[in-house]
Amino acid sequence: MAEKKDPNAERVNIMYAPVNLDYRFTASDHTSRFLESIRNGQFIGSQVSEGAPVYVPPRPVCPETGLPAERLVELPDTGKVHWYTIVHIPIPDNPIKPPFVVANILLDGADITFLHLISGCDNDDIDIGMRVKAVWKPEAERTHSPANIHFFAPIDKADALAEELAKEA
Amino acid sequence: MRDVAIVNYKQTPATRDSLATNELQMLQSVIQGVIKESGVELSDMDFVCSGSCDYLAGAAFAFVEAIEAVGPFPPIKESHVEMDGAWALYEAVLKIRTGEADSALIYGFGKSSPGDLRSVLSLQLDPYYLAPLWLDTISAAALQAAQCLDKGVLSEADMAAVVSRSRANAKSVAGTQLSGDYSIEELLAEPTFVSPLRMHDCAPITDGASVMIIATPEKARQWCDTPVVISGLDNRIESSMPTLRDLTVSRSTETAGKAAGVGSKPVEFAELHAPFSHQEILLQKALGLDASVDINPSGGALAANTMMAAGLDRIGHAAKMIQSGRYTRGVAHATSGSCLQHNLVAVLEAVS
Repeated sequence: MAEKKDPNAERVNIMYAPVNLDYRFTASDHTSRFLESIRNGQFIGSQVSEGAPVYVPPRPVCPETGLPAERLVELPDTGKVHWYTIVHIPIPDNPIKPPFVVANILLDGADITFLHLISGCDNDDIDIGMRVKAVWKPEAERTHSPANIHFFAPIDKADALAEELAKEA
Repeated sequence: MRDVAIVNYKQTPATRDSLATNELQMLQSVIQGVIKESGVELSDMDFVCSGSCDYLAGAAFAFVEAIEAVGPFPPIKESHVEMDGAWALYEAVLKIRTGEADSALIYGFGKSSPGDLRSVLSLQLDPYYLAPLWLDTISAAALQAAQCLDKGVLSEADMAAVVSRSRANAKSVAGTQLSGDYSIEELLAEPTFVSPLRMHDCAPITDGASVMIIATPEKARQWCDTPVVISGLDNRIESSMPTLRDLTVSRSTETAGKAAGVGSKPVEFAELHAPFSHQEILLQKALGLDASVDINPSGGALAANTMMAAGLDRIGHAAKMIQSGRYTRGVAHATSGSCLQHNLVAVLEAVS
Protein backbone atom coordinates (compact mmCIF):
# COMPACT_ATOMS: atom_id res chain seq x y z
CA MET A 1 0.00 0.00 0.00
CA ALA A 2 1.25 3.42 -0.91
CA GLU A 3 2.50 5.50 2.01
CA LYS A 4 0.59 8.61 2.82
CA LYS A 5 2.26 11.70 1.42
CA ASP A 6 3.96 13.75 4.13
CA PRO A 7 2.83 17.37 3.63
CA ASN A 8 5.95 18.59 5.43
CA ALA A 9 8.35 16.56 3.26
CA GLU A 10 11.00 18.57 1.52
CA ARG A 11 10.58 18.84 -2.20
CA VAL A 12 13.26 17.13 -4.28
CA ASN A 13 14.77 19.72 -6.58
CA ILE A 14 18.07 18.10 -7.41
CA MET A 15 19.10 14.48 -7.81
CA TYR A 16 22.62 13.22 -8.20
CA ALA A 17 23.17 10.32 -10.59
CA PRO A 18 26.91 9.92 -11.15
CA VAL A 19 27.90 8.10 -14.32
CA ASN A 20 31.18 6.21 -14.33
CA LEU A 21 32.16 3.96 -17.18
CA ASP A 22 35.54 2.38 -17.87
CA TYR A 23 36.87 2.27 -21.41
CA ARG A 24 39.90 0.48 -22.75
CA PHE A 25 41.10 3.03 -25.30
CA THR A 26 43.40 1.80 -28.06
CA ALA A 27 45.43 4.42 -29.90
CA SER A 28 45.42 3.95 -33.66
CA ASP A 29 48.61 3.04 -35.48
CA HIS A 30 49.26 6.65 -36.54
CA THR A 31 48.61 8.05 -33.07
CA SER A 32 50.88 5.43 -31.48
CA ARG A 33 53.69 6.36 -33.85
CA PHE A 34 53.15 10.06 -33.23
CA LEU A 35 53.28 9.64 -29.45
CA GLU A 36 56.37 7.46 -29.81
CA SER A 37 58.05 10.06 -32.01
CA ILE A 38 57.34 13.05 -29.76
CA ARG A 39 58.80 11.10 -26.88
CA ASN A 40 61.97 11.18 -28.97
CA GLY A 41 61.62 14.92 -29.62
CA GLN A 42 60.54 14.52 -33.23
CA PHE A 43 57.33 15.61 -35.01
CA ILE A 44 55.82 13.38 -37.67
CA GLY A 45 52.99 14.01 -40.07
CA SER A 46 51.05 11.95 -42.61
CA GLN A 47 50.06 12.37 -46.24
CA VAL A 48 48.35 10.33 -48.97
CA SER A 49 51.40 10.50 -51.27
CA GLU A 50 54.50 12.60 -51.90
CA GLY A 51 53.49 16.20 -52.56
CA ALA A 52 50.03 15.80 -50.98
CA PRO A 53 49.02 17.90 -47.94
CA VAL A 54 50.85 16.95 -44.72
CA TYR A 55 48.78 16.57 -41.55
CA VAL A 56 50.27 16.85 -38.08
CA PRO A 57 49.48 15.06 -35.80
CA PRO A 58 49.26 12.35 -38.47
CA ARG A 59 45.69 11.48 -39.49
CA PRO A 60 44.85 8.07 -40.89
CA VAL A 61 42.61 9.55 -43.59
CA CYS A 62 42.95 12.65 -45.78
CA PRO A 63 39.87 14.87 -45.25
CA GLU A 64 40.13 16.29 -48.78
CA THR A 65 39.97 12.95 -50.57
CA GLY A 66 38.86 10.34 -48.03
CA LEU A 67 41.94 8.29 -49.01
CA PRO A 68 44.30 6.63 -46.50
CA ALA A 69 47.15 8.98 -45.50
CA GLU A 70 49.62 6.19 -44.92
CA ARG A 71 52.86 8.00 -45.82
CA LEU A 72 54.57 9.24 -42.64
CA VAL A 73 57.01 12.16 -42.89
CA GLU A 74 59.38 13.68 -40.32
CA LEU A 75 58.89 17.38 -39.68
CA PRO A 76 61.17 20.00 -38.07
CA ASP A 77 60.23 21.54 -34.73
CA THR A 78 60.15 25.03 -36.23
CA GLY A 79 57.23 26.92 -37.72
CA LYS A 80 55.29 30.16 -37.56
CA VAL A 81 52.44 31.67 -35.59
CA HIS A 82 49.25 31.60 -37.61
CA TRP A 83 47.21 33.43 -35.01
CA TYR A 84 47.35 33.77 -31.25
CA THR A 85 45.34 34.89 -28.27
CA ILE A 86 46.45 36.23 -24.89
CA VAL A 87 44.49 34.45 -22.17
CA HIS A 88 43.70 36.62 -19.14
CA ILE A 89 41.11 34.43 -17.44
CA PRO A 90 42.43 31.64 -15.20
CA ILE A 91 41.29 28.12 -16.10
CA PRO A 92 40.31 26.07 -13.02
CA ASP A 93 42.91 23.44 -12.06
CA ASN A 94 45.26 24.62 -14.81
CA PRO A 95 48.80 25.15 -13.47
CA ILE A 96 49.52 27.82 -16.10
CA LYS A 97 48.84 31.25 -14.62
CA PRO A 98 47.46 34.03 -16.85
CA PRO A 99 48.26 36.04 -18.80
CA PHE A 100 49.61 33.40 -21.20
CA VAL A 101 49.61 32.99 -24.96
CA VAL A 102 47.90 30.23 -26.92
CA ALA A 103 48.82 30.13 -30.59
CA ASN A 104 47.87 28.22 -33.68
CA ILE A 105 51.20 27.07 -35.06
CA LEU A 106 51.99 25.91 -38.59
CA LEU A 107 55.08 23.71 -38.60
CA ASP A 108 57.46 24.09 -41.54
CA GLY A 109 56.44 21.52 -44.13
CA ALA A 110 52.97 20.96 -42.64
CA ASP A 111 49.62 21.96 -44.14
CA ILE A 112 47.59 22.12 -40.96
CA THR A 113 48.04 24.10 -37.75
CA PHE A 114 47.79 22.93 -34.15
CA LEU A 115 47.43 24.74 -30.82
CA HIS A 116 50.28 25.19 -28.38
CA LEU A 117 51.71 27.75 -25.96
CA ILE A 118 54.09 30.60 -26.84
CA SER A 119 56.58 31.82 -24.26
CA GLY A 120 60.14 33.04 -23.98
CA CYS A 121 59.31 36.63 -24.88
CA ASP A 122 57.08 39.51 -23.78
CA ASN A 123 53.47 38.79 -24.65
CA ASP A 124 53.32 42.20 -26.32
CA ASP A 125 56.11 41.23 -28.73
CA ILE A 126 54.27 38.27 -30.23
CA ASP A 127 53.17 38.79 -33.79
CA ILE A 128 51.31 36.85 -36.46
CA GLY A 129 53.78 35.20 -38.79
CA MET A 130 56.53 35.14 -36.15
CA ARG A 131 59.00 32.24 -36.46
CA VAL A 132 58.97 29.88 -33.46
CA LYS A 133 60.76 26.71 -32.31
CA ALA A 134 59.68 24.03 -29.84
CA VAL A 135 61.32 24.07 -26.40
CA TRP A 136 61.38 20.40 -25.34
CA LYS A 137 61.50 18.98 -21.86
CA PRO A 138 64.77 17.23 -20.98
CA GLU A 139 64.81 13.73 -22.52
CA ALA A 140 64.58 11.98 -19.16
CA GLU A 141 61.28 13.76 -18.35
CA ARG A 142 59.55 13.06 -21.65
CA THR A 143 56.52 10.79 -21.89
CA HIS A 144 54.09 9.87 -24.67
CA SER A 145 52.51 13.33 -24.53
CA PRO A 146 52.37 16.68 -26.35
CA ALA A 147 53.28 18.11 -22.91
CA ASN A 148 56.86 17.07 -23.82
CA ILE A 149 57.00 20.50 -25.41
CA HIS A 150 57.12 23.21 -22.73
CA PHE A 151 56.11 25.83 -25.27
CA PHE A 152 57.20 27.34 -28.57
CA ALA A 153 59.68 30.24 -28.33
CA PRO A 154 60.37 32.96 -30.90
CA ILE A 155 63.49 32.49 -33.04
CA ASP A 156 62.96 35.27 -35.58
CA LYS A 157 60.58 38.08 -36.47
CA ALA A 158 57.60 37.62 -38.74
CA ASP A 159 58.52 36.45 -42.26
CA ALA A 160 54.98 36.56 -43.64
CA LEU A 161 52.15 39.03 -43.50
CA ALA A 162 48.91 38.14 -41.77
CA GLU A 163 47.08 38.53 -45.11
CA GLU A 164 49.31 35.93 -46.79
CA LEU A 165 48.83 33.49 -43.93
CA ALA A 166 45.08 33.92 -44.16
CA LYS A 167 45.27 32.80 -47.78
CA GLU A 168 47.45 29.78 -46.94
CA ALA A 169 45.19 28.49 -44.21
CA MET B 1 6.88 12.82 -53.88
CA ARG B 2 9.81 11.24 -55.62
CA ASP B 3 10.78 7.59 -55.19
CA VAL B 4 14.09 6.58 -53.66
CA ALA B 5 16.20 3.56 -54.66
CA ILE B 6 19.11 1.75 -53.06
CA VAL B 7 22.16 1.60 -55.33
CA ASN B 8 24.66 -0.31 -53.24
CA TYR B 9 25.53 -1.40 -49.72
CA LYS B 10 28.66 -2.76 -48.06
CA GLN B 11 29.82 -3.66 -44.55
CA THR B 12 33.15 -4.41 -42.95
CA PRO B 13 33.71 -7.96 -41.72
CA ALA B 14 32.12 -8.19 -38.25
CA THR B 15 34.70 -8.69 -35.49
CA ARG B 16 34.51 -8.93 -31.71
CA ASP B 17 37.41 -6.48 -31.38
CA SER B 18 38.93 -4.44 -34.19
CA LEU B 19 41.94 -3.69 -31.91
CA ALA B 20 44.02 -0.71 -33.11
CA THR B 21 41.85 -0.20 -36.19
CA ASN B 22 39.67 2.74 -35.24
CA GLU B 23 36.20 3.80 -36.40
CA LEU B 24 37.56 6.16 -39.03
CA GLN B 25 39.75 3.47 -40.57
CA MET B 26 36.93 0.91 -40.65
CA LEU B 27 34.73 3.45 -42.38
CA GLN B 28 37.41 4.60 -44.78
CA SER B 29 37.93 1.12 -46.18
CA VAL B 30 34.23 0.33 -46.58
CA ILE B 31 33.33 3.75 -48.04
CA GLN B 32 36.11 3.52 -50.64
CA GLY B 33 34.95 -0.03 -51.31
CA VAL B 34 31.34 0.91 -52.03
CA ILE B 35 32.35 3.97 -54.07
CA LYS B 36 34.70 1.95 -56.30
CA GLU B 37 32.26 -0.93 -56.65
CA SER B 38 29.51 1.48 -57.76
CA GLY B 39 31.78 3.34 -60.18
CA VAL B 40 30.96 6.71 -58.57
CA GLU B 41 32.92 9.44 -56.79
CA LEU B 42 32.41 10.82 -53.29
CA SER B 43 31.74 14.17 -54.94
CA ASP B 44 28.72 12.61 -56.71
CA MET B 45 26.95 12.39 -53.35
CA ASP B 46 24.60 15.34 -52.81
CA PHE B 47 24.13 14.51 -49.14
CA VAL B 48 25.91 12.46 -46.48
CA CYS B 49 24.16 11.21 -43.35
CA SER B 50 25.57 9.05 -40.56
CA GLY B 51 24.45 7.22 -37.45
CA SER B 52 26.60 6.45 -34.40
CA CYS B 53 26.68 6.75 -30.62
CA ASP B 54 29.35 8.74 -28.78
CA TYR B 55 28.86 6.65 -25.62
CA LEU B 56 30.41 3.66 -27.42
CA ALA B 57 33.71 5.53 -27.81
CA GLY B 58 33.23 7.28 -24.47
CA ALA B 59 34.07 10.68 -25.96
CA ALA B 60 31.87 13.66 -26.73
CA PHE B 61 31.64 14.43 -30.45
CA ALA B 62 33.43 11.19 -31.30
CA PHE B 63 31.27 11.03 -34.45
CA VAL B 64 33.04 14.11 -35.85
CA GLU B 65 36.31 12.19 -36.14
CA ALA B 66 34.70 9.73 -38.53
CA ILE B 67 33.56 12.32 -41.05
CA GLU B 68 37.01 12.50 -42.68
CA ALA B 69 36.27 9.19 -44.38
CA VAL B 70 33.92 10.98 -46.79
CA GLY B 71 36.44 13.71 -47.72
CA PRO B 72 34.46 16.60 -46.21
CA PHE B 73 36.75 19.39 -47.47
CA PRO B 74 35.78 21.59 -49.25
CA PRO B 75 32.60 21.56 -47.12
CA ILE B 76 29.81 19.10 -47.97
CA LYS B 77 26.15 18.83 -47.01
CA GLU B 78 26.15 16.47 -44.10
CA SER B 79 24.11 15.40 -41.08
CA HIS B 80 24.32 12.92 -38.22
CA VAL B 81 21.88 11.09 -35.99
CA GLU B 82 22.80 9.72 -32.57
CA MET B 83 20.98 6.54 -33.62
CA ASP B 84 21.30 3.52 -35.85
CA GLY B 85 22.27 4.29 -39.46
CA ALA B 86 18.73 3.18 -40.45
CA TRP B 87 17.52 6.54 -39.12
CA ALA B 88 20.29 8.31 -41.06
CA LEU B 89 18.82 6.57 -44.09
CA TYR B 90 15.39 7.89 -43.08
CA GLU B 91 16.72 11.47 -43.02
CA ALA B 92 18.47 11.00 -46.37
CA VAL B 93 15.30 9.54 -47.94
CA LEU B 94 13.39 12.66 -46.85
CA LYS B 95 16.07 14.85 -48.45
CA ILE B 96 15.64 13.05 -51.77
CA ARG B 97 11.85 12.88 -51.59
CA THR B 98 11.62 16.61 -50.98
CA GLY B 99 13.96 17.34 -53.88
CA GLU B 100 16.84 18.68 -51.75
CA ALA B 101 19.19 15.99 -53.06
CA ASP B 102 19.32 13.43 -55.87
CA SER B 103 21.77 11.09 -54.16
CA ALA B 104 23.06 10.33 -50.70
CA LEU B 105 25.68 8.28 -48.91
CA ILE B 106 24.65 6.82 -45.55
CA TYR B 107 26.89 5.19 -43.00
CA GLY B 108 26.57 3.68 -39.55
CA PHE B 109 29.42 2.50 -37.36
CA GLY B 110 30.16 1.23 -33.90
CA LYS B 111 33.25 0.09 -32.07
CA SER B 112 31.71 -1.46 -28.96
CA SER B 113 34.81 -3.31 -27.77
CA PRO B 114 36.39 -0.52 -25.63
CA GLY B 115 33.57 -0.40 -23.04
CA ASP B 116 31.19 -2.70 -21.20
CA LEU B 117 28.39 -2.56 -23.78
CA ARG B 118 25.61 -3.73 -21.44
CA SER B 119 26.32 -0.85 -19.06
CA VAL B 120 27.07 1.71 -21.78
CA LEU B 121 23.67 1.07 -23.35
CA SER B 122 21.88 1.53 -20.04
CA LEU B 123 22.50 5.25 -20.59
CA GLN B 124 19.91 5.20 -23.36
CA LEU B 125 17.25 4.79 -20.65
CA ASP B 126 15.44 7.77 -19.17
CA PRO B 127 17.95 9.63 -16.97
CA TYR B 128 15.76 10.06 -13.85
CA TYR B 129 14.16 6.74 -13.05
CA LEU B 130 15.88 3.95 -14.97
CA ALA B 131 19.42 4.98 -15.91
CA PRO B 132 20.44 5.57 -12.24
CA LEU B 133 19.48 1.93 -11.59
CA TRP B 134 21.95 0.82 -14.29
CA LEU B 135 19.37 -1.51 -15.76
CA ASP B 136 21.54 -3.09 -18.44
CA THR B 137 20.33 -4.11 -21.90
CA ILE B 138 20.48 -7.84 -21.36
CA SER B 139 18.64 -7.71 -18.03
CA ALA B 140 15.92 -5.52 -19.58
CA ALA B 141 15.54 -7.95 -22.48
CA ALA B 142 15.46 -10.87 -20.02
CA LEU B 143 12.55 -9.24 -18.17
CA GLN B 144 10.76 -8.87 -21.51
CA ALA B 145 11.46 -12.51 -22.44
CA ALA B 146 10.22 -13.65 -19.01
CA GLN B 147 6.94 -11.77 -19.55
CA CYS B 148 6.52 -13.37 -22.98
CA LEU B 149 7.13 -16.84 -21.54
CA ASP B 150 4.79 -16.26 -18.58
CA LYS B 151 2.02 -15.09 -20.89
CA GLY B 152 2.59 -18.02 -23.24
CA VAL B 153 3.34 -15.73 -26.20
CA LEU B 154 6.31 -17.92 -27.03
CA SER B 155 8.34 -20.81 -25.65
CA GLU B 156 12.03 -21.37 -24.97
CA ALA B 157 12.00 -23.86 -27.85
CA ASP B 158 10.65 -21.11 -30.15
CA MET B 159 13.55 -18.90 -29.09
CA ALA B 160 16.07 -21.69 -29.71
CA ALA B 161 14.54 -22.24 -33.16
CA VAL B 162 15.20 -18.58 -33.99
CA VAL B 163 18.86 -18.97 -32.99
CA SER B 164 19.25 -22.25 -34.86
CA ARG B 165 17.91 -20.72 -38.10
CA SER B 166 19.91 -17.50 -37.66
CA ARG B 167 23.21 -19.32 -37.29
CA ALA B 168 22.42 -21.68 -40.19
CA ASN B 169 21.47 -18.79 -42.50
CA ALA B 170 24.60 -16.86 -41.49
CA LYS B 171 26.76 -19.63 -42.96
CA SER B 172 26.19 -18.17 -46.41
CA VAL B 173 27.15 -14.62 -45.33
CA ALA B 174 30.83 -13.70 -45.67
CA GLY B 175 32.42 -11.85 -42.77
CA THR B 176 29.72 -12.56 -40.21
CA GLN B 177 30.48 -13.36 -36.60
CA LEU B 178 28.38 -16.34 -35.48
CA SER B 179 27.27 -19.11 -37.82
CA GLY B 180 26.97 -22.87 -37.92
CA ASP B 181 24.62 -25.78 -37.40
CA TYR B 182 23.03 -25.99 -33.95
CA SER B 183 20.00 -28.12 -33.17
CA ILE B 184 17.21 -26.81 -30.96
CA GLU B 185 17.94 -29.58 -28.43
CA GLU B 186 21.62 -28.62 -28.32
CA LEU B 187 20.76 -24.96 -27.71
CA LEU B 188 18.21 -25.73 -25.01
CA ALA B 189 20.80 -27.83 -23.18
CA GLU B 190 22.97 -24.71 -22.68
CA PRO B 191 22.80 -23.01 -19.27
CA THR B 192 20.94 -19.72 -18.87
CA PHE B 193 23.00 -16.52 -18.94
CA VAL B 194 20.56 -13.90 -17.61
CA SER B 195 17.48 -16.03 -17.00
CA PRO B 196 15.51 -16.88 -19.06
CA LEU B 197 18.02 -15.83 -21.77
CA ARG B 198 20.84 -18.13 -22.75
CA MET B 199 24.03 -16.62 -24.16
CA HIS B 200 22.96 -17.52 -27.71
CA ASP B 201 19.64 -15.66 -27.29
CA CYS B 202 21.66 -12.43 -27.12
CA ALA B 203 23.30 -10.75 -30.11
CA PRO B 204 27.10 -10.82 -30.12
CA ILE B 205 29.21 -7.71 -29.45
CA THR B 206 30.57 -6.48 -32.75
CA ASP B 207 32.94 -3.83 -34.11
CA GLY B 208 32.19 -2.69 -37.63
CA ALA B 209 30.89 -0.15 -40.11
CA SER B 210 28.34 -0.15 -42.94
CA VAL B 211 27.71 2.11 -45.91
CA MET B 212 24.81 2.55 -48.33
CA ILE B 213 24.29 4.65 -51.45
CA ILE B 214 20.77 5.76 -52.37
CA ALA B 215 19.49 7.96 -55.21
CA THR B 216 16.48 8.89 -57.26
CA PRO B 217 15.44 5.89 -59.43
CA GLU B 218 16.71 7.71 -62.56
CA LYS B 219 20.14 8.29 -61.08
CA ALA B 220 20.20 4.84 -59.48
CA ARG B 221 19.67 3.26 -62.91
CA GLN B 222 22.72 5.08 -64.22
CA TRP B 223 24.82 3.74 -61.37
CA CYS B 224 23.62 0.14 -61.19
CA ASP B 225 21.67 -2.44 -63.20
CA THR B 226 19.41 -3.49 -60.35
CA PRO B 227 18.28 -0.59 -58.16
CA VAL B 228 15.96 -1.55 -55.30
CA VAL B 229 13.10 0.85 -54.63
CA ILE B 230 12.17 1.78 -51.05
CA SER B 231 8.41 1.63 -51.61
CA GLY B 232 7.49 2.23 -47.96
CA LEU B 233 9.30 3.68 -44.95
CA ASP B 234 7.93 4.56 -41.53
CA ASN B 235 9.14 4.73 -37.95
CA ARG B 236 7.24 4.85 -34.64
CA ILE B 237 8.32 5.20 -31.04
CA GLU B 238 6.78 4.07 -27.74
CA SER B 239 7.14 5.30 -24.16
CA SER B 240 10.64 5.39 -22.69
CA MET B 241 9.17 3.72 -19.61
CA PRO B 242 9.01 -0.05 -20.24
CA THR B 243 6.48 -0.47 -17.42
CA LEU B 244 3.97 1.65 -19.37
CA ARG B 245 4.14 -0.68 -22.35
CA ASP B 246 2.92 -4.19 -23.04
CA LEU B 247 6.34 -5.70 -23.69
CA THR B 248 4.88 -8.90 -25.13
CA VAL B 249 3.84 -7.15 -28.35
CA SER B 250 5.49 -4.49 -30.50
CA ARG B 251 2.81 -1.90 -31.20
CA SER B 252 5.16 0.63 -32.78
CA THR B 253 6.38 -2.01 -35.26
CA GLU B 254 2.80 -2.92 -36.09
CA THR B 255 1.86 0.72 -36.72
CA ALA B 256 5.02 1.42 -38.73
CA GLY B 257 4.48 -1.75 -40.77
CA LYS B 258 0.95 -0.74 -41.71
CA ALA B 259 2.03 2.80 -42.57
CA ALA B 260 4.86 1.46 -44.73
CA GLY B 261 2.42 -0.78 -46.62
CA VAL B 262 3.96 -4.12 -45.64
CA GLY B 263 0.76 -6.10 -46.30
CA SER B 264 -0.31 -4.36 -49.51
CA LYS B 265 1.41 -7.07 -51.59
CA PRO B 266 2.86 -10.49 -50.69
CA VAL B 267 6.05 -10.41 -48.62
CA GLU B 268 8.70 -12.98 -49.65
CA PHE B 269 11.26 -12.35 -46.91
CA ALA B 270 12.04 -10.10 -43.96
CA GLU B 271 15.25 -8.85 -42.38
CA LEU B 272 14.34 -8.12 -38.76
CA HIS B 273 16.64 -6.29 -36.35
CA ALA B 274 16.15 -8.38 -33.23
CA PRO B 275 19.13 -8.24 -30.85
CA PHE B 276 17.42 -10.95 -28.74
CA SER B 277 15.85 -14.14 -30.05
CA HIS B 278 12.41 -13.61 -28.47
CA GLN B 279 12.18 -10.14 -30.05
CA GLU B 280 12.32 -11.64 -33.53
CA ILE B 281 9.12 -13.57 -32.78
CA LEU B 282 7.40 -10.39 -31.49
CA LEU B 283 8.44 -8.50 -34.62
CA GLN B 284 7.28 -11.28 -36.93
CA LYS B 285 3.84 -11.16 -35.29
CA ALA B 286 3.69 -7.35 -35.29
CA LEU B 287 4.34 -7.29 -39.03
CA GLY B 288 1.85 -10.08 -39.72
CA LEU B 289 4.47 -12.32 -41.37
CA ASP B 290 3.30 -15.92 -41.71
CA ALA B 291 5.34 -19.11 -42.00
CA SER B 292 5.76 -18.68 -45.77
CA VAL B 293 7.99 -15.63 -45.22
CA ASP B 294 11.75 -16.26 -45.00
CA ILE B 295 13.02 -14.54 -41.85
CA ASN B 296 16.53 -13.14 -41.62
CA PRO B 297 18.21 -14.93 -44.53
CA SER B 298 21.36 -12.97 -43.53
CA GLY B 299 21.30 -14.44 -40.01
CA GLY B 300 20.17 -11.10 -38.56
CA ALA B 301 21.56 -9.33 -35.51
CA LEU B 302 22.08 -12.67 -33.70
CA ALA B 303 24.86 -13.41 -36.22
CA ALA B 304 26.53 -9.96 -36.13
CA ASN B 305 25.34 -6.86 -34.29
CA THR B 306 27.38 -3.74 -34.99
CA MET B 307 25.81 -1.11 -32.76
CA MET B 308 24.38 1.81 -34.77
CA ALA B 309 24.76 -0.17 -38.01
CA ALA B 310 22.83 -3.41 -37.46
CA GLY B 311 19.52 -1.76 -38.44
CA LEU B 312 21.02 -0.27 -41.59
CA ASP B 313 22.55 -3.71 -42.20
CA ARG B 314 19.08 -5.28 -42.29
CA ILE B 315 18.02 -2.86 -45.03
CA GLY B 316 21.34 -3.32 -46.82
CA HIS B 317 21.21 -7.12 -46.73
CA ALA B 318 17.59 -7.04 -47.91
CA ALA B 319 18.54 -4.79 -50.84
CA LYS B 320 21.46 -7.06 -51.77
CA MET B 321 19.22 -10.13 -51.72
CA ILE B 322 16.76 -8.47 -54.07
CA GLN B 323 19.65 -7.36 -56.29
CA SER B 324 20.90 -10.95 -56.44
CA GLY B 325 17.53 -12.04 -57.84
CA ARG B 326 16.73 -14.31 -54.89
CA TYR B 327 13.67 -12.23 -53.95
CA THR B 328 11.56 -9.45 -55.48
CA ARG B 329 9.82 -7.93 -52.45
CA GLY B 330 10.75 -7.86 -48.78
CA VAL B 331 10.57 -6.04 -45.48
CA ALA B 332 13.52 -4.65 -43.53
CA HIS B 333 13.27 -3.48 -39.92
CA ALA B 334 15.49 -1.57 -37.51
CA THR B 335 15.11 -1.10 -33.77
CA SER B 336 16.48 1.37 -31.26
CA GLY B 337 16.25 1.78 -27.50
CA SER B 338 15.35 -0.72 -24.80
CA CYS B 339 13.03 -3.71 -25.42
CA LEU B 340 12.02 -2.68 -28.96
CA GLN B 341 11.09 0.88 -27.97
CA HIS B 342 11.56 2.54 -31.37
CA ASN B 343 11.04 0.75 -34.67
CA LEU B 344 11.55 1.52 -38.33
CA VAL B 345 10.06 -0.52 -41.15
CA ALA B 346 11.09 -0.35 -44.81
CA VAL B 347 9.48 -2.15 -47.73
CA LEU B 348 11.92 -2.92 -50.55
CA GLU B 349 10.99 -3.94 -54.08
CA ALA B 350 12.87 -4.87 -57.23
CA VAL B 351 12.36 -2.44 -60.09
CA SER B 352 10.14 -4.24 -62.60
